[in-house]
Amino acid sequence: MADSQVLLEVQGVSRSFGGLKAVQDVSLTVPQGSLTALIGPNGAGKTTLFALLSGFLTPDTGHVILQGQDITGHSPHLNAKLGMTRTFQIVQPFAAQTVRENIAVGAHLHTASRAQALDIAAQVAQRVGLADQLDKLASDLTVAGRKRLELARALATEPKLLLLDEVLAGLNPQEIAEMIPVVRSIAASGVTVLMIEHVMQAVMSLADYVWVLAQGQLIAQGTPSEVTRHPQVIEAYLGHGTAARLRRAEMSA
Amino acid sequence: MTQVRKDFFSILLFVCLVAVVPLLTQSGVVLNFVMMALFACLIAQAWNVLGGFGGQFSFGHALFFGTGAYFQAIAQLSWGWNPWLALPAAMLMAALVGAWVGALSFRYGLKGSYFALVTLAFAEVFRIVSLSVPFTGAGVGLMLPLKESIGNMQFGSRSGFVWLILGLVALALCVTAYLRNSRFGAYLQAVRDNEDAARAVGVNPFHVKTWATVLSGGLMGSAGAFYVQVFQYIDPGIGFGSHTSVEALVGAIVGGMGTLWGPVLGAVALHVLADLTRNLFGQMPGINMIIYGTVLIVIVMFLPRGIAGLASYTPKSWRRNG
Amino acid sequence: MMFDASILLSALLNGLTTGAVYALIALGLTLIYGVLHIINFAHGASLMMALYGVYALKERWGIDPYVALPVMVPAMFVLGYVMQRVVINRASHGKDENILLVTLGLSIVMENLALLFFKSDTRTIDTAYTLTTVAIGPESAQVMVSLPKLVAFAGALVVSALLILILQRTDLGRAIRAVAKEKQGARLMGIDVEHVYAMCFGLGLACLGAAACFLLPAYYVNPQVGNGFVLVAFTVVVLGGMGSFAGALLGGLLIGVVESFGGLFLGESLGQVGIFVIFIGVLLLRPEGLFGAKT
Repeated sequence: MADSQVLLEVQGVSRSFGGLKAVQDVSLTVPQGSLTALIGPNGAGKTTLFALLSGFLTPDTGHVILQGQDITGHSPHLNAKLGMTRTFQIVQPFAAQTVRENIAVGAHLHTASRAQALDIAAQVAQRVGLADQLDKLASDLTVAGRKRLELARALATEPKLLLLDEVLAGLNPQEIAEMIPVVRSIAASGVTVLMIEHVMQAVMSLADYVWVLAQGQLIAQGTPSEVTRHPQVIEAYLGHGTAARLRRAEMSA
Repeated sequence: MTQVRKDFFSILLFVCLVAVVPLLTQSGVVLNFVMMALFACLIAQAWNVLGGFGGQFSFGHALFFGTGAYFQAIAQLSWGWNPWLALPAAMLMAALVGAWVGALSFRYGLKGSYFALVTLAFAEVFRIVSLSVPFTGAGVGLMLPLKESIGNMQFGSRSGFVWLILGLVALALCVTAYLRNSRFGAYLQAVRDNEDAARAVGVNPFHVKTWATVLSGGLMGSAGAFYVQVFQYIDPGIGFGSHTSVEALVGAIVGGMGTLWGPVLGAVALHVLADLTRNLFGQMPGINMIIYGTVLIVIVMFLPRGIAGLASYTPKSWRRNG
Repeated sequence: MMFDASILLSALLNGLTTGAVYALIALGLTLIYGVLHIINFAHGASLMMALYGVYALKERWGIDPYVALPVMVPAMFVLGYVMQRVVINRASHGKDENILLVTLGLSIVMENLALLFFKSDTRTIDTAYTLTTVAIGPESAQVMVSLPKLVAFAGALVVSALLILILQRTDLGRAIRAVAKEKQGARLMGIDVEHVYAMCFGLGLACLGAAACFLLPAYYVNPQVGNGFVLVAFTVVVLGGMGSFAGALLGGLLIGVVESFGGLFLGESLGQVGIFVIFIGVLLLRPEGLFGAKT
């Protein structure tokens, strides 16, 4: 991996619920300015890991270190103030408020002025392509619109690290194609992005580096092309024995 | 004109219009009506801060009302304070009780029905305690001796009281306008609409909800203190009884929660309705409350966003998500 | 303060008998909460209506409260069914906060209708056995317990057992448990969820009908009586664990005893405060109650 500053360090983080080990001893390092991805089959513990990083859950063991500061167990709002904002897999808009008002809540992290927050909201809406829907109620937006709103609200907090949880889920191919450049431009503007994604095309085209989670454990990491050829990853997604079958098919072709 | 300027301008207009009424008429009936209507507005607005903007429904707001009322009375009777000094102190006391109840409830993550129940329980506890201890006059209550003078906040004519309550209502309106146009208000409404999403973007829900309880309690306390000055009497039933709690919440809900003028509309509408019923059916015990209860059910059934909601009624925004 | 054994025993027995009735009241609330997941703020006022019903039956038509059971229980059942089906269900629009407000509205209307028709006087009834007492306990610490209270104790336990039987053994009970666990799944299986909800509410209020018949001979009624009971009932329910029948039963007995001893040591009114303090304490510190599961 590139030799840049480390923004987020996850050290041996684990979390169980009753008997279920949702996340087991996960360690990773997110470099500053990178666009990285967390992939894995359903139920692998990816969203749980995000909850642990952002403070919605507390790890049973391990540490989360943001820019050298131990933030393990911090509340989410404290982490937001320190520069880490997350979005949600199932979008969570302020349904009764307008797009502008939604984004303004995020903007208020850095300004107490209502007027300024509303202005910033308009600017951020522009960046994600919602400028023409600023006065619409969040509940009136399409799924794609709500995803953009979720993104915009998080962006308005001027995060150093943005945790995107399946920002492309529920979008049709056209909408995905429109969203990918938005995410890329966010990363290009200097925000470090860690995204959970199922849409492999997006992962391949966006991510510098990928971590693969399965059954709560990190089973592989590397560049997207390395990881997709990793036998364990193939097994995790497609089932036991698939990797061997694919290799045999390749060899006999 | 920006939203905040529009809000404050409308408040100013309202205050000027109402302030003129005592100058136009000396009719006791009219002034009494206006005074009690404004009183209803004040308690509805106070509830609206926590219930409408904060989304935390208190069923025991009389807790703060009674605190303000008893403080106002005790400060004068036991400590010889001037009522003009006692009033802000009573508000502060009610606000402190708000801080206590709010901090306790939100520290333990109470929401929804549980929060409503806890506020009800606290109000009942205060009622029973004030019924039992001599400090609050026990069941007999406390009575302020008659001594009319402006300095003693006992105005000879209703006009003085009308202007006093108008001032408190204006304060409540300003607080509401502040909620509509500030970071604190934006954070409060964010917590109301989606607490987790708010946390993710830097909002501290505990902090924000507790402060809302403080503001709401303080305003409610001012209504209590006002009541004591007008009627020169307070007892556990009046102070902490459910009547005031209900009137406050029904007024806000009927008028439109989370809006600037909703509680005023609702409170006035209910007050007019109550007056009409009294004229039609005479002084029947309980008839007022039957109306409040029925109106509450009807509004929740057919007009959840209250009267104010009619102004911006659009079929698509009828159903909220999640 | 030293109390001799008979006074303590008397307080204990009083507490248990009152507690059994609290348990019966709380059972109805638990059923409604467990299945509909709503906190029925109208529960206390409904009990008050039932009490007035029993009162009216006695005063107007001379029907003894215990004889009135087969009248009150079905009547309250119907009231509950209608309340849920016609009012609460329609007004909720699926939002919890609306249900909260609607049940509050219903309780206000009921309480004040009673005030209108019966005025605020506290009323009691006189029956042949109101003053009868029964001796309980060993020779050395014999206590006289009022017969109506003993009947209340027995009656409450019988009705509770019946309710639990209904839930465990009948088709309705199975339907109720299905809906409580998984509403959508139950609907897909062909269960009429709205009907089940209404039946549940009806059962909950039917318990109140029975409770009223047992309560009135030993107690009294006025329009405010509902308020006192509603908070006690809620305390029992949260203490026992929302949705747990065993919890409601044990919680009711416990609260009855606490109230009785509290009244003995602190005086009547402060004894009540003790209950509310417990209520607030449980809500804050252990909201899942003594028997509920942590969610």
